[in-house]
Amino acid sequence: MANEFLEPITEQTFFLNMGPQHPSTHGVLRLFLKLDGEYIVEADPIIGYGHRGHEKMAESHLYEQFLPNTSRMDYLAGLILNHGYVAAVEKMAGIEVPPRAEYIRVICAELNRISSHLLWFGTFVMDLGGFTPFLYCFDDRENILDILDRVSGSRLTYSYCRFGGVARDVDDEFITATQQFIERLRSRWDDYHNLVTKNVIFIHRAKDVGVINRELALRFGCTGPILRAAGVPYDIRKAEPYSIYSELDFEIPTGSKGDALDRYLVRLQEMEQSLRIIEQALERLPDGAIKAAVPHKVRPPRGDYYFAVESARGAMGYYIVSDGTSYPYRLKARVPSYGNLQVLTEVLPGTLVADTISILGSIDIVVPEVDR
Amino acid sequence: MSLEDLKEELSKVVEPGDMVPRDYEKDGCLLEIKARADQVEAVAKAAREADCFLESITGVDFTNGPQIIYQFNSCTSISRVLVRVQLSRGESVVSIGSIYDAALWYEREVFELFGIRFDNHPDLRRLLLPEDADFYPLLKDYGKVHAFRSTEEIYGE
Repeated sequence: MANEFLEPITEQTFFLNMGPQHPSTHGVLRLFLKLDGEYIVEADPIIGYGHRGHEKMAESHLYEQFLPNTSRMDYLAGLILNHGYVAAVEKMAGIEVPPRAEYIRVICAELNRISSHLLWFGTFVMDLGGFTPFLYCFDDRENILDILDRVSGSRLTYSYCRFGGVARDVDDEFITATQQFIERLRSRWDDYHNLVTKNVIFIHRAKDVGVINRELALRFGCTGPILRAAGVPYDIRKAEPYSIYSELDFEIPTGSKGDALDRYLVRLQEMEQSLRIIEQALERLPDGAIKAAVPHKVRPPRGDYYFAVESARGAMGYYIVSDGTSYPYRLKARVPSYGNLQVLTEVLPGTLVADTISILGSIDIVVPEVDR
Repeated sequence: MSLEDLKEELSKVVEPGDMVPRDYEKDGCLLEIKARADQVEAVAKAAREADCFLESITGVDFTNGPQIIYQFNSCTSISRVLVRVQLSRGESVVSIGSIYDAALWYEREVFELFGIRFDNHPDLRRLLLPEDADFYPLLKDYGKVHAFRSTEEIYGE
């Protein structure tokens, strides 16, 4: 007789591995969850599956040779990391960049930011069960990829910036295509709001879910849309203006509560602000050289430097120690997703497993960036 | 909170001679603090008092021992402060995970990449490397590097 089946079931917690291969972790991320029924008791994000040792690679490569590595960290906003790296080395070595190159960099970086946000938007809504907006977003995003492909030659891992400028000049077709894209995306906002923002299922899945307030965000070093959704208008583009951002007129959208819905709304508004930046930059795009004359190998003076840019996910920075040679002595990439992911250890406990999807989606992590 | 508030908090815990102003236009930092390993906790508390967040913790390996670099910044006004702690080889440093939760992962990373131990860290496992990794990849005697220098060669001290 199988009497053990008649024994009463005792209450106990159990462990669940979410990932490393899970469609809604957006990369090779493993969430090690301790569950009490449907509720999470403890969460431990396990990372490192995509660790490639970029920082070690930098120590044996020329400054120029490390350039392609930068866009492979955060592959969704590669151009922004690319921009940050060249801007850091230019500041170290005292290289002046022609104004036209700075404008082109900003236009492309903002296009990249929109493409990153569009991909996040599509996949976030898809994780919550809405498939249609995903197709709309990818349709729009395809336009950006085509535009950037024309000038940089790649669709995802751009290495478009060069020390002292950019690799190739933009032409009239680039400008018209970008202007048409701005119009096209603006005409889409109504669709997006009708499809998603006003959708009652979506609102229930996002409102008051995964609240990250100011206090929590600062303890974990969260930046970007997460911090802004908590009501803190902190954006490197305004706080420490680099490139030409100080000359452009744009706003920093903020939320109030810091829940998944706020993060969603902040990113949607950010896309509109990026469009404004592109519009202004296109209008004022000066003529002239696209690349300054720089030595074949840059040799920044000895010392240590830090340079920060606002990536699509938050404050991205490079800490570089130079020993005066053409090789970086030490290069540290401060990546925004790192703190943004770590906050899950505090946010997930107490929530439902189903909400994990919505919280993780609203945080918008890129795992290769965390792993480096 | 501004840089002045932070300076005021920090002056309570470190000697004024150890606070060196830096040129933001040149290298992106406003203040550098040379701290000893036993001052780290007090410095972190002061930064927390001044409403700063922990931007990063990282290490750099030199022939005369590794350095840990703590970076604090404020989200209301630029006040990037670099805290430089020179360690001798094998020396450990106290964890600031109880003050800044962000430090827990950064310290795990510095531990696995540089072999620097953090006392009182609740969970000093490998983070990015395999669990059974028995090497410290960012030390300069590991793998291919271009140079291995002393702090004098770079900072001229």
